[in-house]
Parts: sequence; structure tokens; C-alpha cells
Amino acid sequence: MTAGEKENPSGRTEKLIYETGMEVILNQQQIQGILQTMADRIASDLDQGTVVAVVGIRSRGEVLAERLANMLESRLGHALPCGTLDITLYRDDLNDPQGRMPPAFQGTEIPFDVSGKTILLVDDVLDTGRSVRAAMDALIDLGRPKAIRLAVLVDRGRHEYPIQADYTGHKLQIPEGKTIAVHLAETDNKDQVIVQ
Amino acid sequence: MARLHDETFRWWRKHLLGLRDLSRQEIETILDTAEGFEEFSTRSVKKAPALRGKVVVNMFFEDSTRTRNSFTLAANRLSADVIEFTKTSSSVSKGETLIDTARNLEAMGIDIVVIRHNAGGAPKLLSRNINACIVNAGDGFNEHPTQALLDTYTIRQVKGSLEGLKVGIVGDITHSRVARSNIWAMTKLGAEVTLIGPPTLMPAKVNELPVKVSYSLDSVIENLDVINMLRIQFERLGGNPFPSIREYSHFFGLTVERMRKARPDMLVMHPGPINRGLEIESEVADGPNSVILRQVANGLAVRMAVLFLVNQAAMEEQKYRV
Amino acid sequence: MHTSGNKILIRNGRILDPGNGVDRVGDLMISDGKIVKLGGTIATECEITIDATGKLVAPGLIDLHVHFREPGDEEEETIASGSAAALAGGFTSVVCMPNTKPAIDEATRVEYIHRMGRQARKSFIYTMGAMTKNREGKELAEMGLMTAAGAVGFTDDGEGVQDTAVMLRALKYASMFDTLIAQHCQDNSLVGKGVMNSGYNSTVLGLPGMDPLGEELMLWRDVQLVKKSRTRYHAQHISTVGAVKIISEAKAEGLPVTCEVTPHHLLLTDNSCADYDTNFKVNPPVRTSKDIQALKQAIKDGLVDALATDHAPHLKSEKELEFLTAPFGIASLECALPLYVKALVEPGVIGWPELIGLLTYKPARVIRIHKGTIAEGDRADVVVIDPNKEYVIDVTKFVSKSHNCPYDGWLAKGKVEKTIIAGELRYNSDEPRS
Repeated sequence: MTAGEKENPSGRTEKLIYETGMEVILNQQQIQGILQTMADRIASDLDQGTVVAVVGIRSRGEVLAERLANMLESRLGHALPCGTLDITLYRDDLNDPQGRMPPAFQGTEIPFDVSGKTILLVDDVLDTGRSVRAAMDALIDLGRPKAIRLAVLVDRGRHEYPIQADYTGHKLQIPEGKTIAVHLAETDNKDQVIVQ
Repeated sequence: MARLHDETFRWWRKHLLGLRDLSRQEIETILDTAEGFEEFSTRSVKKAPALRGKVVVNMFFEDSTRTRNSFTLAANRLSADVIEFTKTSSSVSKGETLIDTARNLEAMGIDIVVIRHNAGGAPKLLSRNINACIVNAGDGFNEHPTQALLDTYTIRQVKGSLEGLKVGIVGDITHSRVARSNIWAMTKLGAEVTLIGPPTLMPAKVNELPVKVSYSLDSVIENLDVINMLRIQFERLGGNPFPSIREYSHFFGLTVERMRKARPDMLVMHPGPINRGLEIESEVADGPNSVILRQVANGLAVRMAVLFLVNQAAMEEQKYRV
Repeated sequence: MHTSGNKILIRNGRILDPGNGVDRVGDLMISDGKIVKLGGTIATECEITIDATGKLVAPGLIDLHVHFREPGDEEEETIASGSAAALAGGFTSVVCMPNTKPAIDEATRVEYIHRMGRQARKSFIYTMGAMTKNREGKELAEMGLMTAAGAVGFTDDGEGVQDTAVMLRALKYASMFDTLIAQHCQDNSLVGKGVMNSGYNSTVLGLPGMDPLGEELMLWRDVQLVKKSRTRYHAQHISTVGAVKIISEAKAEGLPVTCEVTPHHLLLTDNSCADYDTNFKVNPPVRTSKDIQALKQAIKDGLVDALATDHAPHLKSEKELEFLTAPFGIASLECALPLYVKALVEPGVIGWPELIGLLTYKPARVIRIHKGTIAEGDRADVVVIDPNKEYVIDVTKFVSKSHNCPYDGWLAKGKVEKTIIAGELRYNSDEPRS
């Protein structure tokens, strides 16, 4: 069978690749559009005088954070500090014999003081909420932010911990056993969100 | 920013016994991981919960201040509990053996043993007999892997890479575990190592090691990118391998005068503690080429990386057990 | 020693008695503790008949170098357990080393060893005495009285006699009794606190090495002294290329010098220490493949007088110590024969007759005992060997009290099936051990 096209309930056109059981949920244009809309909302939500910094969670969140920071810069008219958080050391399954092996630890790179700032925490997918919980712990160990806001590209919505995003790009219900992968040009040569 | 990592490679060793058996990729993994820990010293909470609930035993059968403190602090920064265990000698054959001692500690539920011992191979012996992770903090004249890792890390930090660098190691090679670990780590990372010292301080078949050997510091110093001055350890020297400290310093001491022959950017290293005026003059140890204090700072990041990685490997091993 | 009145008939074996140049298939009959008939087909009815078709029938093996640890370290081995292990290994006579606690350095202690051997009723027990008091290398021990009590030679084994003047004195004094002086050649000033062969491996493992020169210098020194004293001199467990050369030159000069070689110096190199496995820690240390080659060539050339195990049992708890602190020694008495086969017969260095010679009449000659042959009228110390039987060495099945044996799990060829001492079948591999 060859790659075909299919109409999904939301009306968007998506490409199905049957051979691999992989479904493209968002393409490059859609991702770009979502981020622009998100940047608009964030910019309009900010009160005058709020000091904002953008922090991405390794590794796809880091790329999204950089993109958002650039978009916000053009809207706000000034550059935003931007950093990367490695949450490996804070994962709740780190020493759980049943946990999956975490990606290699590369360290946190946040070259500014988080204290007193509103931190826009960015990740690619919000699923169980466990990564965000770890990220908040990791952030708090660096200092005392004024506020933490969460922005995610995709919300899978299992929400095992009581954590909601402030800015969600795309909400998605997918069956158990399927996984979402976010590919971004900077790390994967191509922008797309797939379910497999 | 995002470094590209080989996602197919995984650290799998639950023990760090030495560097001789490690691949270049494994050594680089430790160094890369250590880089991630470097920012800890500048944080407001200098701690992360990676080893929370884990117990690390510092089993030191030889005197040590800095290595022990460095390991203790590294373990604390990863939120592990640390037990300090000191014993001066284990050579009594009919008393409690090393294995007895370790098994007793293990019965208390320890996860990682950091061991320093006067007998080469003692960490390996432990690794065969208990389940905990074993980290070698120096065994006899065999290896001192974390020291060599922090040395390598420091060189990489300053010079970018070890590829093609000329490194001189000066002193008592025969009795030096630091020298051995340095030889393995540095040659694997592409450096050219020259051992420098009197023939009486060179081990048997030194020419079969992947190194050059020189008996004259003066004739090789001008080519060195890095010089690592070993501490003369009087307690280890058998007999009298050189006639006097004065004569040793004359030929092998790193003096201000000798530094004039060296490249202006030659790094000066020393594993400490320094015998000032013996193997190195104070002005050189404290001078602009010296990275001795930076070595100590980096030791912390390297040891955090090692503790973190061996624990991760142990966790993985548990998954596949049963 | 007690003898048996039983008649034993061993049928159709390959009778190997190199001391008498015998190598033929036939029957052998034992009666009243002696060989009474040999060769051809013997029709006499006997109480015990052993079918030895396809097997070797040889004089009981002799080991010039064992440590049975009694008195002093009976938890490691006793004369009873050690001599039982000897029987299982086909050895009918063994020579105990005097480095016990206390050392065998006077006549009543020699008698004690003999008495314990008689009580054990396993293999024959001989002993050497210490050359110097308490093996300290300073004052001569009572070699004359010990010779009278039956000591077959003198050595400070475990240590070489460091002081040249003391060594010369010992050699001269011993010549009065025409006894044997045996030496563990090792110059302590050079070997120091070494724990393995000095070389690439010791350097890489960070363990203090033992320079081969340490062995060679003392051997060379002793040979010079023997030129003066003309005493019978035996170099124990030689292990290096240089030692072979010195022995060769001494023999060429016609000096009364003999030597022995152990299984481990024929089979193991210092590569085996790479894992810090203390079962490979032995003194003299296992060396290099060049040394093994030289020792094999020496055996082929007839320069070696005896194969000896240096059976050195140690407690598991002691061998579990660090390589640096664990005691030296390998326990190999029970698996020695197949080890020699693996080292010498399988690669074609020598054949079975030469191997049996190095384990029987030749060592008997070194200590001057009338053993090691099976002519009619000789005392019936006989071993039956299946030369083709393959089995896996399993240290947990050892009779010896200690299991510090690096050959555990090795595939062995050549099995001792029966050991007969003075006409009594004392070991039978078919029967459960008593």
C-alpha cells in the first residue's frame, strides 16, 4: 500500500503512512502557525514590566523555547533570556527499577538568575505531567521565580499529576500504546508531529 | 547549546575499576556527563535528588583528605547518604578480610562503595564478591581513575581536546596509580604521553606501554603542551631510588628557570598534595600556567558524573535481572 | 609401613618401567607387598584382579615437593589429608617441605612427620629438613641428626638462603653426610616484596614484580659454591630461561646439580594474573611463554631430573585476600598427572615413558631412595593410569583440604585409576572414597 490521504474529524488533511503505522498529526506549517498564535497570546498576557525568561526542557523543548523566544522578541521589542533545563536528575523514575532508561544527562544551561523572573517553561509534549513536575523542582533549585508559566506544543492529556498547561498548541486524544514524537528541523531535519 | 549525542551508546558499567578497560567513547561519556554537573557550584541549591535514598560508603584503607572529601561532597550533592569507613590496614590474614568487611557493610543495604586501598586489584576483588557498585578511589599502584578523569577533563576544558597534545608525566612512575590511569585516559583520547623521571622510578617493561620515556626533563620540556608533576611519595619509595631530594629537584623539579624553556601556554598540573620546592617550586605551582586548583574543582563534577553513571547502570541491571 | 598379604594381578596393561627400560604389554603380579612376576600371561588366581587393557601400569609416582602444613596449619592440610590427595593423584611417595610451624629443623620433628605419615597409612611420607634453624638463613640446623632420623635432604624452601657465607657453610657441612641440599632460589634484595613476575603485566596491574634475575643470580651463585663443596645440590621449581641455561652449564661441567619443574611453570604465564585471581599467585611466580618454552626444551633435552608439584594448599579465606596480601601457592597434587600430560605429552615434547621416568626413578635418584621401579622383587608401589580418559577437573571433589587450584574446570586427559602401595590397593577411582 502506498501513502495516502485521509480526512480527519477536525477537517485537517493528514498524510498516513500505512507501512510504518505512523500518522502525521502536524506538519511544518501547522507547527509554525501554532507557535505564532502562542507567541501572540503570551505577549498579550504579559503585564508591563514583567521580566520574562524562556526555559526549554531538553531536548525538543529547548528548540521550541528558542523559537518562542525569538518570536517574543519581535513582539516585545527586546531580547529575552533563554535557557535549557535538563530534568534527568529530577525524574521520579530515575531510581525506579521499572522506569525506562532516561536520555543521557547533559546538564542544565541557564545563564541567568531565575529569581524574581516569570519563567515561561516550554516542552514539546504534555502527557502525564511528570516531566513538568521534575522541571519545576529543577527550576526551584536554581532560585525563586516570580511565576512559572507552561507552554506545550501538544497536550496528550493523560495528566497523572495535577498539572495543566497555560498555553497549549494542539490537544490530542490517542489510544494507549501509541506514542507521540515531535520532530523539529534543528534536531531532526524536519518539523512534524507524528503518532506511532 | 544542544550537543549532538550518540543516542545508540549507553553507559553500562556499574563499577569504575580503572580506565585501562574503558573505550574512548566511555571516557568521553564520563567527561560529557561531568560537564553537565559543572553548573552545580553556582546554583542556589547545590544539590539534586538523583541519588536520593542511596547509600554511598567511603571505604578508605589509606589516608586521603581531598579525594575522600571530593567523593563525599559529590555524593551529598546528588542527595545520597554517605557512610565514612576508615581502616588503616587490612593485611591481617586471619582477622576480618576486605571481603568480610564489605559483606558486612552490604548487609546494611549500601548501593555504592568508593574504595581506596593499598593493594592493587582490591576494588576488582570487591566487585567480584558484592553486588554494590564499586568505584575505585585509588588502589595500590594500579589505577586512580577519577584523578585521571579530572586531569583529562581539565585539559579538555582549557585546550578543547587532547587530540595531538604532548603530555609529560614527571616523577615516580613505578609507584604511581595516577600515572597509570593518566596513560590510559590520555592516550585513548589521542594525546602523546612522555614519562619523565630517573630509570630507578620507571616500572618494568615501561617501553611496552603506549608512551615515550625520557630521563631528561630539560630535553623534552620545550615540546610539552601539558606537564603533570607527580608527587614524590616517600612512604612508597623502596630503598633509595635517587640520592637526595636536592639531586632529584635539580634534574626533575619544575622550577621557574625551567619554565622559561617551556611553551608559554604549557599547562602545569599536579594531583596534590604538593611538596613545595621538591617536585615543583611555589612560584610555578601558584603561577599563571598552573591549573592545580581548577583540577580540584573539576574533581567534584567528575566524581558526581561517575557516581551518577554507575548508579544508572546498576538500575538498568536490576531491570534485566529476573 | 604395613603391607598386605593379598595377591593382586594386573592383567594385560602396558607396563612402563623406564628405570629398567621396560615398555611392554603383559600381566603383573603382586604378592606379599612385592612385585613377584612381570610380563607375559600369568595364570595364578589372585584375590584382586585388575583388567588393565589399554591402560598404563607404572611405578607409583614420586613428588619431591609438597607442603602438607602439619604441624602448624592443619586447617589447610594435614599429613593425612595431603597423603590421601597424593594417592588420588597416583603418588605413592612424597617429600614434605620443612616450612611448617614450627619448621622441621631438628630430628624429633622429622620423626613426627614420619609418624604422622605412618598413622595416615596413605602414601609414603618423606621429609626434608630445614637447612638453617627456623629457616632464618643464619645458623645451620642439625642436619646430621636429621639425616640420621631419615630426612632426605635440606632446604629453607619458601625462602632462599640469602647469606652467601651461610650457604657455603651449609653445602660444606652437608657434604659430610652425603645428603642433598635443595634451594628455593630467590635473591630477596632483588625480588623484595614482589607478588608476581616482573614485566609488562606487573607494570600494568600495578603490582610489585619479582625479577627473574632474582632466581637466576642465586642459582648461579649456588652453582659456584657447589664447585667448591661438591655437595649434591637440587634447584627447586626452576622457572626461567636463565635458570635453564645455568643448570645446563652446571651439568655440562659435571657438577652434582639436579633440578625440578612444576606443572604451573609449564602451563601458566603471568597473563593469568590479569584478573587479580590469587589462585595464580605462586612463588616462584608464573612467568612468560618464553620461559615455558625453555623449560619444555630442557625437559626434552633431559636436563630436568624431576617433575614436582609444589603442592601448596591454602585456606579459601586466605586466598580471598587481596593479591598483594594473599599467600603464595597452588594445590595441584590430585590433578598433577593430567597437567603434565597436557604440558608435555599432548604437544609432543616427550612421550609417556619419559614422563613416567620424570615422575618415578629419576626423582627417586635425586633423593637416593630405592623406589620408582617395578622389577621383580621390588616393593609393589604401582599405579594404573588410563591415558585416554578425559574428565573435567573439579576442585570440589578434591580430597585435599584446600581448593586453591587454578585448573578448576580444565579438561584433563589421563586419569589415575588405581594406586597400590606396598602391595595394598589403597586408591581405586571406581570406589567411593573412605
